[in-house]
Amino acid sequence: MSSTSNPLLEAKGITKYFGTITALENVNLKVHAGECLGVVGDNGAGKSTLMKVLSGLYKPSAGSLFFQGKEEILESPRDSQNLGLEMVYQDLALAGNLPIGENIFLGREPTKNLGFLKLLDFNKIKELTNAHLDKLKINVKSADQKVEELSGGQRQAVAIARSTAFNAKVVIMDEPTAALAIKEVGKVLDLINSLKKTGVGVIVISHRMDDIFTVCDRVMALFQGTNFAEATLSNTSRDEVIGWIMGKK
Amino acid sequence: MEDKEKKIESLHLKLIPYFEKYGILLLLVLMILVMHILQPDVFLSWRNVTNVFKQISWQSMLALGVFMVIVTAGIDLSVGSIMMLSLMILAVVAKAGAPWFIVVLTPLIAGFLCGLFNGLGITLLRMPHPFIMTLGTLYIFRGAGNLISGGTPISGFTDEVRYLGHGRIDLQWLGLEKSQYLPVSLVLIAIVYIIFWIFLNKSKTGKWIYAIGGNPNAARASGINVNKILIIVYSLCGFLSGIGALILAGRTDSGYPNAGLQSELDAIAACIIGGASFFGGRGTVLGVFAGVMIMGILRNGLNLMDVSSFWQQVLIGSIIVLAVYIDVLRRDIGTRK
Repeated sequence: MSSTSNPLLEAKGITKYFGTITALENVNLKVHAGECLGVVGDNGAGKSTLMKVLSGLYKPSAGSLFFQGKEEILESPRDSQNLGLEMVYQDLALAGNLPIGENIFLGREPTKNLGFLKLLDFNKIKELTNAHLDKLKINVKSADQKVEELSGGQRQAVAIARSTAFNAKVVIMDEPTAALAIKEVGKVLDLINSLKKTGVGVIVISHRMDDIFTVCDRVMALFQGTNFAEATLSNTSRDEVIGWIMGKK
Repeated sequence: MEDKEKKIESLHLKLIPYFEKYGILLLLVLMILVMHILQPDVFLSWRNVTNVFKQISWQSMLALGVFMVIVTAGIDLSVGSIMMLSLMILAVVAKAGAPWFIVVLTPLIAGFLCGLFNGLGITLLRMPHPFIMTLGTLYIFRGAGNLISGGTPISGFTDEVRYLGHGRIDLQWLGLEKSQYLPVSLVLIAIVYIIFWIFLNKSKTGKWIYAIGGNPNAARASGINVNKILIIVYSLCGFLSGIGALILAGRTDSGYPNAGLQSELDAIAACIIGGASFFGGRGTVLGVFAGVMIMGILRNGLNLMDVSSFWQQVLIGSIIVLAVYIDVLRRDIGTRK
């Protein structure tokens, strides 16, 4: 967790234009193994755009990404996933019509060969899902339950489980508690803490100071698409961070 | 008290998936029973049953294609026109004297290419909705079919070309009478439906088709190439319409300008009756088959009872509305809101 070791993920000088709109300008970010970085900022500050650049969904107009010290160019979410970089989207990005297990393995389903046919291995999906949910202490009735039958907190848990099912090294979470009932927030924050313990680097975007001050080690603020301020949690306060969000130092 | 509620809830959770999967079959069995009671001598006779299967043979291909498209939350209005164009190409190629194995392949290739055209249009031209692209090609393909045939019927194909639509599998070796044969088209339906059942339920691509219908953003974020899958789906839909054309060529021994007119609506109706959701991600191959059968049996039964075709239209329309309403009720119980 020391800042002298190499960061797991580092973004340097990220700039992103949408037509004539500048969403991000020269933004830098880094996260270490086992560390949680909080990213705060007002609506439109560029938080979500930055995360989509990191996950390979958007290509930056300028700037570069370094993963474990090596420069990487991400063409699609598949590329970032292959590096061990996973994203939990604000709108959860789950297919409600599919069961939990098939959501967790969506796009990376285990298969078995039947002659020349490559068929989905449903037993393996179920087995791996149950083991993984157990590891994260996520309780659901069954891995066969459809996601649309779950509560908001359970869906968030499935989304996080999905992001960590393939030995993720960095997990990026966009507003992980925004849509949750209060009693479910704690569970999700516990989940983030247990991820940190396994050496995963976590980036949390949140409006909620409670989240930031419960799980993060460091916090950075974006303002109008630029780096505005950054500090370790022990060197700042809620009031100061709220000030950053509004553009005051 | 709470225990009891929990029991009922878990019973619901256990029963609903079965009801969702097989409920439509209940309706089908019910219809068969009613028809049998109304027409005890004729309805379940060998001759009539094979007739029903022959009548639904090409519709079942269009319905299966449209079903896959509907699972992705899309729509294909052009399947009737694809079938007509493929049929006309087959007729022209057959009249030109091509050998039968080439004639048989032409509608399949033509149908596939028409579907590919739809898929490319929807994804590359970024049409706001597949409705628009396929509405356009509904006119384009039928117009093209009339252009190449001159708008007149072309008749007379060889037995090889007609085999899939007209062929009979003799069952006399089983001790049955000569009139008790198996239509080749019925065997074809079974084979095609089983292949597509495996494809949609057991393959990665099939799973992704359902995922795209459930949430295209989730599919995209999972690294699935959504456009590629959509192009595959529309191409397969066209291919199945091409198989429909080959069956129709066998059944009617003719390529004619009105072939498949409005059959896209029949195909959509069969999917909806069979439990496919217009919002995508829902429905089963078995359900589509049941939907096609229900429409076929309804038409056949009403014909047997000499009911006017106007009443048939009213009844089919009513069944669509009723089937979807039952679905709405079922979802009220099944899904958390």
